[in-house]
This record gives sequence, C-alpha cells and structure tokens, in this order.
Amino acid sequence: MEVFKRDDLLAAVHSGIERHGAGPPSALQVCQFVQARLSCVPAAAVPVIAHALGTTTGHIVSLVSFYSFLHESPRGKYDIYLSDNITDRMLGGRTVRDELCLDLGVALSEPRLDGRVTVATTSCTGFCDQGPAGLVNGRPLTRLDRARVKHIVQLVEESQPLDQWPQEYFAVQSNIRRRDKLLSTPLSQCAALSSLAESSADRVLEQLERGDLTGRGGAGFPTAAKWRLCRDAPGDARYVVCNADEAEPGTFKDRVLLTEYADDVIEGMTLCALIVGAHKGFIYLRGEYAFLLPHLEWVLQRRRGDNLLGESIVGHSDWQFDIEIHLGAGAYICGEESALIESLEGKRGVPRSRPPYPVTHGYLGQPTVVNNVETLLAAAHIAARGGDWFGAGTKLHSVSGDCEFPGIYEFPVGCTVADIIDAAGGNGAQAVQVAGAAGHLLLADEFATPIDLKNLTTSGSFMIFGPQRELFDATANFAHFFARETCGFCAPCRTGTQLAKSVVNRMVHGSAFGRDREAIDRLVNVTPVMSHCGLGGSALNALRDLRDKCPEYYQGLFSEKEDDVLHFDLELELSEINSITGQAGVRTDD
Amino acid sequence: MTNTITIDDREVPFDPGQTIMEAARAAGLYIEHLCYNPQYQPHGSCKICTVKVDGKMQTACTMPAAGGQQVESASGEMMARRETLLEMIFAEGNHYCAFCTKSGNCDLQALAYRLNMHKNSFNHRYPVREIDASHPDLILDHDRCIFCGLCVRASSDKDHKEVFAMAGRGKATRLVVNTDSGELGDSEISLEDAAAHVCPVGAIMPKHGSYSTPIGQRYFDDRSIDEVDNASGKL
Repeated sequence: MEVFKRDDLLAAVHSGIERHGAGPPSALQVCQFVQARLSCVPAAAVPVIAHALGTTTGHIVSLVSFYSFLHESPRGKYDIYLSDNITDRMLGGRTVRDELCLDLGVALSEPRLDGRVTVATTSCTGFCDQGPAGLVNGRPLTRLDRARVKHIVQLVEESQPLDQWPQEYFAVQSNIRRRDKLLSTPLSQCAALSSLAESSADRVLEQLERGDLTGRGGAGFPTAAKWRLCRDAPGDARYVVCNADEAEPGTFKDRVLLTEYADDVIEGMTLCALIVGAHKGFIYLRGEYAFLLPHLEWVLQRRRGDNLLGESIVGHSDWQFDIEIHLGAGAYICGEESALIESLEGKRGVPRSRPPYPVTHGYLGQPTVVNNVETLLAAAHIAARGGDWFGAGTKLHSVSGDCEFPGIYEFPVGCTVADIIDAAGGNGAQAVQVAGAAGHLLLADEFATPIDLKNLTTSGSFMIFGPQRELFDATANFAHFFARETCGFCAPCRTGTQLAKSVVNRMVHGSAFGRDREAIDRLVNVTPVMSHCGLGGSALNALRDLRDKCPEYYQGLFSEKEDDVLHFDLELELSEINSITGQAGVRTDD
Repeated sequence: MTNTITIDDREVPFDPGQTIMEAARAAGLYIEHLCYNPQYQPHGSCKICTVKVDGKMQTACTMPAAGGQQVESASGEMMARRETLLEMIFAEGNHYCAFCTKSGNCDLQALAYRLNMHKNSFNHRYPVREIDASHPDLILDHDRCIFCGLCVRASSDKDHKEVFAMAGRGKATRLVVNTDSGELGDSEISLEDAAAHVCPVGAIMPKHGSYSTPIGQRYFDDRSIDEVDNASGKL
C-alpha cells in the first residue's frame, strides 16, 4: 500500500482548497484535485480534507466511494479508461481492452505492480462516432485499433509523457453531418441579449413559447414555463445550471455544441439568468469531458472581457451574471437534475424527493433552472430570431453504430427514425436504440415512427444495429450499465438492477431458466414503477422491449429445462478462488 | 377543496402539511413501510410505502396530502409489488432470521410475515460485509443493513452527533461511521442514544443480553406489524 507523507497530503488538500474554496460544498472539487495530484484520495487524506473543509469524514468517504473517477488507492501513472458502451464494443472495444491488458501485463481495473499503468472500463465516454474510445489521464483516446494499441503500449513502457504521444491519438472530431436551423445559421455575438434589451423578459418568454421550446435533455418540459416558475418562486437568490453531464450511452451532441458553439450556449445561460434574476450560474461538465475545460474557461474569460459576463453586462448596470464550471467525476445519475444539484453542493449524486422541484428549491434550496446544453443554445437562437423562425423546432441526434456516417444530425422535430437511418447510411438496419440505454428499441417495422414529444421522445442518442448483430448483446450491455450506474439510494433500483444483471449474465452463458424469466417479469413489474427517479424508471426498458418486441428470440435465450437445474453459476462461484490461484478463465462480470 | 383524501375507498381527513402516511396513521390506517419512522424526517428510500396517487406512483411518507386525492394502497396489485420488493431486499443482504438476535423484533421479518413472503425466488447475492465490533456496548453488523438511513437521521437530528453517513454507490452502498478510523468504537455513540436503538433490522444492536427474551415474548410474537406504528425504537 502506498504511503503518503503527511506534508504531501496537506499540500495537496490546501492547494485544492485554495483553488476551489473552503466549506463543505467544495468537497467534490477538492477530492478531484487531490485525486489528480496524488492519483487517489487515500484514507489518510480523508480526515485532513474533512477537517480542513469543516465536514465529516463520512462525507468525504461518501464521495470517494461514489464517483467512478475517485479512488481510495493509487491508479497507474497512466490511468486508462476504455468506454464500454455497446457502440464501442461493436467497433472492437473488447479486443482493444483485452490486447491492452495482455500486452501491458495488467489485470483489469488494477494498477500494474510497478505502478506504471491501470486499464479499466467505464460507461460510455461520449465518443461513439469515433470509437473504440477511452481516456488516458483525462484526455480522450479515439479510434483505437491494433496499431494504436501496440504503439500506446510502447509509449507507456517507455514512460513517454502524453505531450510526446502522436497528437492525433487525442483528436476528437465534431462530425456534424446535417445542419438545420440551429447549426446552419450562426448567431452573431450577443444577438439574444440585444433582443432582450430591446424588448422585455416577457416578450422573450412569449417567443420561447411560440417556438414551442421544450427541454432537449429528453423530459420535454416547456422551457418558458420553467423559467417563469423560477422567476416567480420566492428565494434569496436564483441560479442557472447548464446540464452538460451528457452521459446517456450513445449521446455526444453536447460535447460538439460545447466545442463548436460554446458562445451560443453561454449566451442562452446568460439570457435565462437575466430573465429569472440569477447572478450566478454553473456549467456542470461531465468528468469525461474534462478536456473541454481549457476551451470553456477561455470562452468564459473572453466573454467577461467583452462585457458579456460579470458586472453591467452590455452596459446595463443591473445586468450581472457570471458562470463557474463544476466538473463531474463519473456518475451517470448526475444527469438527473436534482442529483446534479446535490453534486454541485459537493455531495453524492442522489436524486432528491420531489416535490419540491429544483425550479423552486434547487441549488442551496433556492429557485434554480437546470437546462440541457441544447435547450440553452436553442433559447438563445429563438430570443434573437423569434419563435416563428424556429417553427416546429429541430432536434440534434448523436448517431452511432452500424452506419456509414456516424456523427451529429440536426433534423426538424417530427422526422422519422428512417430519415435519420437513411441520412447516416445505415442501410439494412435491423433495429435502432433511440434515447440511449434508458430509451426505446425500435425494430425495422417501426422505422416510420416520427420522433417528437407525442410519439417518440429522445435525449438525442441514436444507435443503429445492422443485420449481423445479436440484439441481446445491446440488452446485456445496458443491463450492466444500469447496475454500474444506479446510485443505490432506493431499494427497487439498487436491488433490481443487480438482480437483472445477474439474470442477464446467466442468459449470456446459456444458463438461464424458467425461474429467471419469471424473475425478469417480476422485476419489470416493480423497479420501473417504484423507483425514486427516472434511472430506475428506465433501467429495465431494454429487457422489457426485447421481451415484448422479439418474443421468440427472447424465449430462445432461456433454456428449455425448467426447474431441474442448479440455480447457481459454477464458473462464477469459482471465479474468486480461480483469481487467487491464478487459474485461467477468470470471469469479470463488471 | 376539502381536507380529506381517499385511501382505498376510505375517506381520511388530513391537516395541511401532512403527508399521506401521516394522514393514514392519524386515521389508524397502516401503510407498509421500512425506512419511515414517525419520529424522523421521511427518507423515501425503501419505497415499500409506494402508493398510487391519482394514478401516479408516490411514496406515502414523502407525498403531501392534498384534498381529493385518490390513494390506492392495499390493492392486490400494490401488495404484490410490495411483496416482490421485499424479496428483492432480502436477496440483497444477508438476513439469517433463524439465528439472528433481532428475530422476533425485526421490522423486515415482521413485514415478510405480513406480506405472506414464504420463500424468495430471487437469487441471493450473499455479499461479503465486515462486522464492526469495536464499540464496547454496540455491534454494527453490516450484513443486515438495508440502507434505510434511520440511524443517520437519528444520530444527526435527535442525538446531534452525526455518527453515521451513507456512502458508496449502487450495490456497494454502505453505512459508514464518521470517525478518522471509520470504526464505531472511536465514535461518540452511546447505548443511550436514539441511533443505538432505531435500526429496524438489527444492523446496530446492543451487545450483551442477546436472545434474553424467550420465544413467545418477543415483540412480534403476539403482534402483527400493522398493529403498531413502528417497532423500531420501542424496544
């Protein structure tokens, strides 16, 4: 076990506090700072951080044990995470993982004995259109293949600093394939704010209503109504939060928007703040997108210099607003708005009980607007151009999987599933998963379905499965995803996702029987309806869809033999002892 | 707007600010629950008290009562869901009723009787969890913990000690102790504290005197769980 000098611990903690501020709400950011500095948040640092921030040790332990990118023991000097989303797997992600582990002589998720490297898998990293992908020390790794893996192994063994690696290994492309209203017409600087200055808050809200703007994160709540509720709620302060915790498997549109259109998104946030009366805002950026931090900080700084943020925005003495970036640390649940607010307050990302809703009782208990990146961008455009210009609106889709042109597609609201498949060159697709792991499986006979709030809602994830794919591979991948990402607060989701995963594992290994099929039926009847939030609400969608839409195929995943078999998995039961004795065939189900 | 709600065909009055659970209790109606205890702020995590309010699923312990609400609680459909959820909770931890010191005084066990849970058709997970026996008077047996958070609330709100916190994620969710060592023995908790007695399942139990109550005289031996508010904290 690594031993840290007390002076080093103190130095790391105090630099973190200097950077992020004292007090319990800084705890998550300070932990991330310490993680970056020491490669972990060691047990010895926990009391140091707790005492320095005036909080309990349990609070710090609760964070380190909750967020995927925080660890109690040191990671390798090269800390590699490989995206485990189904689209990465379809591009060969599993082979990349196995080759990396084999060539580096490292066991999955465990640092090599010399401390040189760790290889682990993580939930979707948001580079599905250029996978197999991953992260090394927080920097993206895209288009991994055999040649790159071989070279990366060499670079690691030679201890080459990342700056000496071929920079194309870290290249992230935007791949915008279809532009409609939002992406084809650039917004001139401060066009939305000028429009607000020339008209009024109510006028802008009317335009948002006229443009029928609803939340683009998937829930579809009317944006103007949300802003009004926040403005009218009693409170000492108000906050605007940009939800850039884009973690739904298969979604990467917000990454592209923050790369190419950060100004428009921030303009949308500023517009919202001036309308609801907020002086402070946050961009909650998912940890996987940490590489965007310098760019976003630069845009914020430039806008401050241009008088578009800070005091007296565009010369209005009472217009005051600024934005802080809060970095996530690997937790899908933080995309849920109340969990996101908990995380902003430096806590575990556990969704709150509602009512009350964040719009009246959000950050620090004050009225808070939480909007998706795309929603804020669209709001800025509508404010500048009017609601009629937006018409029925557009939606961005992140297209990945079996198609010729994966990337970003902006389509009018109401386009069909087939429109997107055709545009992306996904000929012959047998199925599409719309709205991610939490979304819906659509088979070929449903491709005429229009994507809108009435027929098929989406957060923008669009994963195409060609005729050669086993649909169950995706189902199993999603079951594992939810078992990994459930926050653990409520019993139906915490236990239901684990039980579903264990059944799915038996299905994978051909050892699932009648009782397992009944178990899935019972879980589908309980977890979605009794869970605390939408994560549990949608965690079994994929299994349910496969069961209901492909009954024969689904049936075939269970053995004919009913109850005359052992209800345990011999290989799994022996995996622990096998790993201790170094036997081959060790199975990792996580 | 009238100040009554309907719970399973029965009209129940409520005071403004009351939750559905509070209104039901005041009217002598029992809604199954584990993480709710009338002495503490509701948590809404076990979800056993889930009811259908005007067709929408809500936890009775957190949902404010509002005039005219139609609440479905004891229907066959809802009771079946509760029973399934209870099996799921049993399958998650290590609950050995046969030789557990809490047997006969346990909310989880009593609820299983109440819901006619005679077997568990889910595969048990048998997690490996360590026992913390560092405290002279109390034992912390993580095997039995159902993460209801009652000890966290009791220690913070009643004892003003903040001895406990909930940590981890998903299946690794765990109760932790707010000491530098993480051990209960180094905390300020004492046998007299509310947190020492609030556990509904016996994850936190007084040492010494185990099995001292003969079978037949234990709390639930001659009661069903629905006859009392909540056994926790009364023993």
